Amino acid sequence: MTELIKYTAAETAGAIARGEVSAVEVAQAHLDRIDAVDKKVNAFLHVDREGALAAARAVDAKRASGAELGPLAGVPLALKDVFTTEGMPTTCGSKILEGWVPPYDATLTRRLKDADVVILGKTNMDEFAMGSSTENSAYGPTGNPWDLTRIPGGSGGGSAAALAAFEAPLAIGTDTGGSIRQPGAVTGTVGVKPTYGSVSRYGLVAFSSSLDQGGPCARTVLDTALLHEAIAGHDPLDSTSIDAPVPDVVAAARTRDVRGMRIGVVKEFAGEGYQAGVMQRFEESVELLRELGAEVVEVSCPSFTLAMPAYYLIAPSEASSNLARFDAMRYGLRVGDDGTRSAEQVTALTREAGFGAEVKRRIILGTYALSSGYYDAYYGSAQKVRTLISRDFDAAFAGVDVLVSPTTPTTAFPIGERADDPMAMYLADLCTIPSNLAGNAAMSLPCGLAPEDNLPVGLQIIAPAMADDRLYRVGGAVEAALNDKWGHALLEEAPAL
Amino acid sequence: MSLVSYEEALASYDPVMGLEVHVELGTKTKMFCGCSTELGAEPNSQTCPTCLGLPGSLPVVNAVGVESAVRIGLALNCEIAEWCRFARKNYFYPDMPKNFQTSQYDEPIAFNGYLDVQLEDGEVFRVEIERAHMEEDTGKSTHVGGATGRIHGAEYSLLDYNRAGIPLIEIVTKPITGAGHRAPEVAKAYVAELRELIRALGVSEARMDKGQMRCDVNLSLRPNGTEKFGTRSETKNVNSLRSVERAARFEIQRHATVLTDGGTIVQETRHFHEEDGSTTAGRIKDNAEDYRYFPEPDLVPVAPAREWVEELRVSLPELPRVRRARLQAEWGLTDKDMQSVLNAGAVEPITETIAAGAPADQARKWWMGELARRANETGTELSEQPITPAQVARVCALVAEGKLNDKLARQVIEGVLAGEGEPDDVVAKRDLAVVSDDSALGAAVDQAIADNPDVAAKIRDGKVQAVGALVGAVMKTTRGQADAARVKDLILEKLA
Repeated sequence: MTELIKYTAAETAGAIARGEVSAVEVAQAHLDRIDAVDKKVNAFLHVDREGALAAARAVDAKRASGAELGPLAGVPLALKDVFTTEGMPTTCGSKILEGWVPPYDATLTRRLKDADVVILGKTNMDEFAMGSSTENSAYGPTGNPWDLTRIPGGSGGGSAAALAAFEAPLAIGTDTGGSIRQPGAVTGTVGVKPTYGSVSRYGLVAFSSSLDQGGPCARTVLDTALLHEAIAGHDPLDSTSIDAPVPDVVAAARTRDVRGMRIGVVKEFAGEGYQAGVMQRFEESVELLRELGAEVVEVSCPSFTLAMPAYYLIAPSEASSNLARFDAMRYGLRVGDDGTRSAEQVTALTREAGFGAEVKRRIILGTYALSSGYYDAYYGSAQKVRTLISRDFDAAFAGVDVLVSPTTPTTAFPIGERADDPMAMYLADLCTIPSNLAGNAAMSLPCGLAPEDNLPVGLQIIAPAMADDRLYRVGGAVEAALNDKWGHALLEEAPAL
Repeated sequence: MSLVSYEEALASYDPVMGLEVHVELGTKTKMFCGCSTELGAEPNSQTCPTCLGLPGSLPVVNAVGVESAVRIGLALNCEIAEWCRFARKNYFYPDMPKNFQTSQYDEPIAFNGYLDVQLEDGEVFRVEIERAHMEEDTGKSTHVGGATGRIHGAEYSLLDYNRAGIPLIEIVTKPITGAGHRAPEVAKAYVAELRELIRALGVSEARMDKGQMRCDVNLSLRPNGTEKFGTRSETKNVNSLRSVERAARFEIQRHATVLTDGGTIVQETRHFHEEDGSTTAGRIKDNAEDYRYFPEPDLVPVAPAREWVEELRVSLPELPRVRRARLQAEWGLTDKDMQSVLNAGAVEPITETIAAGAPADQARKWWMGELARRANETGTELSEQPITPAQVARVCALVAEGKLNDKLARQVIEGVLAGEGEPDDVVAKRDLAVVSDDSALGAAVDQAIADNPDVAAKIRDGKVQAVGALVGAVMKTTRGQADAARVKDLILEKLA
């Protein structure tokens, strides 16, 4: 049974479809693995044993009836606890939503169910997706399976850790400033932030509406593509959803050929703050791409240096408004309602008790930035920077097919190291934020271990909006070449848990 | 507080008004979700994740709501934005599911328009429109246990989110200046005209008593002959035409009283009280209120195509002013008569009575005569009288058929108003039909001749004009139900 948890999603689905293994066996193997290791990893906030087994039984019944199974039927998945799930708790890693059971499924949840994916449970995250380490969860930090004393990235650390710990072959994340890619990078897994608007946000509890994007996470590029295909596509319930065909990411992942592609190296993503071993693995990846027949050029995106400050105005501003609804009136936590206090007092007490320090920090920051008299200087200026960043991307993509960079400046840092230094924490997203501001597509995939600490390094690939297939074409080729070189997948080198 | 008189106030000060009217659109579904907008349902039965503001929910714009907004804008002679966005207006209140209202801020869908309103003496006053924008209504709070029905002092509050998300159009005037002593009248006439316009467009029933149309009256005074506006008060939710006029009038007097006394007006909201027409202080609004507006990131911009806007413009229904001119011509009324019809609120009843088959002059005669008098006496609206246009038309038909004469018709109207049923029921119950049957009338005629031998003799002698006295006698004995013309013929036949 141990083997089942090592299968890729594609292999798992194939084995189930061929009847070599039942979906129930697959689900049970993963539930057993969760039971065995998750006390240490803390990737899951909620495990839905019965629901997962019931979904798996339905897949087996479907197969027995002769019905055709989809490409991910019966494959287990770990869902970030920021998507609503009817009948299953959804906390967003926050005390303020403790005990809330949504009455409706997110569109993404619905699509997963329609694809017969088996949802194992909900994964840990920085509270309301605010953070880069999962330390901001109200339910304790998640450990990085490569070294449990280190962070698994964030905010989607639970999803990334579940993959790296073989608790699930597929996971869902959301990426507002890097929350899919950065955890992918530091755990040696693959994560994609699709083009903004290509995966429905309906049922994704909003942090920053104009930046949030759900996306696929897996251990291989092909699995990521299969999941991408299952969740992407127009949704009339999300006004910002793009009504256009999703590029054929699965075919692109299988191409494994980058000959003739033009690849840009972003000059600004290097220098001070970048770990030597990270830069080394990145530069080797660039060299590899050249060897594989791609043309590599250096590009400059001068406005990217403004991305961080712009992001930390736009995201908190939107968050300050999005999180206003948590007022103890209709759902979630309610503190101090003893019959003597006014609604206003109960709301204040609940928010005081229910929100963590980072969430409060961002609510205050955003409230300030939107205030009359400051709006133009802060929110207004940040929106202008956003336009400049988009123009930098446009100019770059006029000459190249994709851009590449390290996903993060450093490998996974120890839990607690940056907990009291928000500015240091924010640097983890230096390379990922520009894509959120521009709304384009980006992937992180493992490109080796940093020699100095033997921890995974992520290669980031960025493609223009609605050209998500290019990520998979380049990522698939790099992954295949690296696995050939190493003789195995990178995660084989992770220590046993 | 003893107020200076209205005349005294106007002797020193010039009122400046701003009117903000919220209209609940009559769309079938809410502005940003598919929930029903039907009134009167069980509390919280017409809700979904979106209008409850549940985590993760998202809005989708109601296309009919946008179309209604554009049509209102066009009817108000506004420019229609080529591109505009929704904005979030952030503030906390338990009946606001998301604690922000999805509204529009600096990019309204319609702007720079005007509405010409006709005052009671026929004078036309142009009210300039600043903007009309789209937004959503809040839920409804019911505060239980307090003395005033307000949140302060209440034991608990009940929240009904059925109203949350119902589309609203907010129509804001530019500062209305130059109305002078007629400011309250202009305010009332504007709201009345706007209500008629909204109804003509068919976008809302605009019933003020049901909260489908709500008016805020902003008012300030400046010393006569000066330009700079004074500090304004904002009287909220004034919910009848009469109240709009009274609120404006009261605030003029109140401001003048404070200013005359050397005091300063505080910028605040005011509550209007129907009972005595006064206002009392609400929240202070010293610009501390900061709604932190920003463009709604969950919605895409609204960009009404020019061709579509033009299609809507040409398909606008006949607007109230044009319609009134047409009706005046059709009914053959002088300006003065038409103005009386308007002032009496008789346009709709008369139109509907005509539509139900009555001749124009008859319809007008009843509504402007008997019924208007009654409305006046009871201090009620003409349209609220307990008689329908169809019933009035039926009375007209009975008269035309000769089954009722004028006097009997009046009694039938009286019966209907008294709740005795349909006109035909009243005729039957009160036995009011005109008697023109010769055999029935014959006895009465014979009696009259017998009772008045002198008169009969004169007629026999050829003094035919004396017949009136005998007709009168017959009418008396038949309690007015006899067909007078037939009676006259019968008498003359008998005495020939």
